[in-house]
Amino acid sequence: MRIKRIQVQEDKQTSASAVDLSLLDPIIEKYKGKRGNMIPLLQGAQDLYGFIPREVFVKLSEETGINLSDMFGVATFYAQFRLNPVGKNIIKVCHGTACHVQNATAITDAIKESLNVKDGETTPDGLFTLESVACLGCCSLAPVMMIGNETYGKLSGKSASKVIKDIRLKELN
Amino acid sequence: MEKIKVIVGLGSCGIAAGANKTYDKIAAMQKAENLDFELKKTSCVGMCYREPLVEIIDQDGSYLYGEVDEDRVLEIIEKHVQHNEPVKEYVVHTELFPTVDDSYFKGQVKIALRNCGYIDPESIEEAMEKKAYEAMKKIGFEKIPPAGVIQMILNSGIRGRGGGGFPTGLKWRFANNSKSKEKYIICNADEGDPGAFMDRSLLEGDPHAVLEGMVIGAYAIGATGGIIYCRAEYPLAIKRLNIALAQARKHGFLGKNACGIENFNFDIYVKEGAGAFVCGEETALIASVEGERGMPRKRPPFPAVSGLWKEPTNINNVETWANIPWIILNGSEAYSKYGTDKSSGTKVFALTGKIKNGGLVEVPMGITIHDIIFKLGGGIQDDKKFKAVQLGGPSGGCIPEYLSNTIVDYDSVNATGAIMGSGGMVVMDETTCMVDIARFFLDFTQKESCGKCTFCRIGTKRMLEILTRITEGEGQEGDIEKLEELSYQIKDSSLCGLGQTAPNPVLTTIKYFRNEYEAHIRDKKCPALNCKKLLKYEVIEETCTGCTVCAKNCPVNAISGERKQLHFIDQELCTQCGVCYSKCKFEAIRIS
Ligand SMILES: Cc1cc2nc3c(=O)[nH]c(=O)nc-3n(C[C@H](O)[C@H](O)[C@H](O)COP(=O)(O)O)c2cc1C
Ligand code: FES
Repeated sequence: MRIKRIQVQEDKQTSASAVDLSLLDPIIEKYKGKRGNMIPLLQGAQDLYGFIPREVFVKLSEETGINLSDMFGVATFYAQFRLNPVGKNIIKVCHGTACHVQNATAITDAIKESLNVKDGETTPDGLFTLESVACLGCCSLAPVMMIGNETYGKLSGKSASKVIKDIRLKELN
Repeated sequence: MEKIKVIVGLGSCGIAAGANKTYDKIAAMQKAENLDFELKKTSCVGMCYREPLVEIIDQDGSYLYGEVDEDRVLEIIEKHVQHNEPVKEYVVHTELFPTVDDSYFKGQVKIALRNCGYIDPESIEEAMEKKAYEAMKKIGFEKIPPAGVIQMILNSGIRGRGGGGFPTGLKWRFANNSKSKEKYIICNADEGDPGAFMDRSLLEGDPHAVLEGMVIGAYAIGATGGIIYCRAEYPLAIKRLNIALAQARKHGFLGKNACGIENFNFDIYVKEGAGAFVCGEETALIASVEGERGMPRKRPPFPAVSGLWKEPTNINNVETWANIPWIILNGSEAYSKYGTDKSSGTKVFALTGKIKNGGLVEVPMGITIHDIIFKLGGGIQDDKKFKAVQLGGPSGGCIPEYLSNTIVDYDSVNATGAIMGSGGMVVMDETTCMVDIARFFLDFTQKESCGKCTFCRIGTKRMLEILTRITEGEGQEGDIEKLEELSYQIKDSSLCGLGQTAPNPVLTTIKYFRNEYEAHIRDKKCPALNCKKLLKYEVIEETCTGCTVCAKNCPVNAISGERKQLHFIDQELCTQCGVCYSKCKFEAIRIS
């Protein structure tokens, strides 16, 4: 079990004023009362905010009648849902079998070093979040990582760091 | 004269290798020089190790070019398209002359992958030129009743390609026997095995094959609704499925009186998964579609009796569905002609790991593992020594080199302690540590256990702790026996397939590579030089130039030495991080 995911920290940055809850209205409209709607609701909310802030849970629960505890149960069960803000670029380093055999650990290590964060953390400037995922489906190009919709294959620690450096340069300009 | 066709392979793997840039470059050249050829898109033919791939079809035939980067585009378009001189050295496959890659295609029989890489997956017209929806037309035209369709599937002998290997025809018969107003068909596209991508390629390359398979299944069991449960990590597959669904609806293959069959009302929707391996298990998948936590439940009742929304439900894997139209169109015997007695037909494998020619292959059952790896796959990267192959992902096991004459069919693979699985085939060489592989899989299953059963939740955690300890040099006498004992208890006491199979990677590696476990535990050595904590880093006297780079980069200051003098690593301080090894420009660090 991903026990770690349940220990949610309250994030002080996300006060109610920072979250525009009215954005939720169209998806609530779309899914309200439909059976099996909980996951699509949460997915829709996460698409809007990048993660699911506490206020969003409360609003969804109030307006759809789904129990807050049920919703939190689902959100913590699936790897897809985030309860904390993430960086602008999410670096998903593949740790599937094929990538593991081709030394994916070296990629994660190199990125950890160049961003100075741990796995799962976000850089202080909010530009990058480093994550490990299981298989991106490009196993023949192992080791692989994905940033946004772009996939990078046949990486080495060096080339992975270079990709990050290039993105950072682009962001700063 | 027909126009020359230039076709670029744009599957996820091709795009990752830069196929979009290749496509744009060709399009730009076509525009700039006003060239007269037809530029088209397709998906992956499975030859991932040569991506990006570009096929050119001229009056003589077809030429498949490999590793076409922007430089090669210039050369190929200029020589081949403008001057009609094929650039032979870049051609990886053609009927016109032999190439070094011919062995990759020889021995393959494409049934499920019949159209992948040959059609534009976003064009229903191209799919229909290749007989999409003809099986359904045949059913309507010859008025084959549902029982007749089920009988054909039974006779073909096809077994579920999702891993379980249950006879598909039987499953359909159960679902057909359940009486209810509402029934559902589900396509399992959760593809949880990390290191496998058969289903992704199929959905990206030929979505209509899967849709038609589902329509046929729905007709056979009397289903009213269909769902494709697809991993969210496959955005391109989801996009192409939705395009295909809209096209199929427009052509009347879905919807009211689908395929022109009266009172056959059936439509399909895509549901995105939310990232949980256990949701590949059928009862967990159903819970997830219903919007709940994806926890498996006890069977019986089987989904065929009580599934989605408590209605009879039939679940099959993507590859199973893609085979169905071919079987109906070509007959059961044409299918069962391939394969072995108890495992008929073909199977798609994703060849990955330390293999030269990584990619997707579809082979008749009964071929040996050795042939797949050495004839199709071209052998091991850098000609290292082949050690083992992993089949079945986290539920499977490692088959050692000396058993590589095992044939691929459900029963023979099971006899080794591995399972056929969904088709992931990860090849390992002498540099892969088998204890580390076991630890890797346990780490995966331990994280993905839904937590419902105690043995699966806590047992896998204890096993992971022991394995981690062994790979860090803290192994103790008795650890192997403890792992075995825990394995049998977890297998016996878990509710679903996840727990029941989770110990397989450990059991098979102990069975075939016990000496590696013992080397870790007794000698504190990793024979494959993979487990970092067990390695010793030393400076090679003859090659060290005294450049000081290692000493500067060592995070724990364990390296000493003056400029231009031999350096020295203090073994007491060294944390085996490997930085010196990767930073040294003179290969002057030895690992032992
Ligand atoms: C833990 C677990 C994970 C599974 N993952 C998948 C999967 O990713 N894809 C799949 O098709 N079947 C998966 N299965 C098998 C399904 O439960 C089911 O047997 C299969 O989808 C049936 O289709 P088939 O008869 O066509 O193989 C999994 C089973 C278990 C126990
Ligand atoms: S294992 Fe990394 S992409 Fe599949």
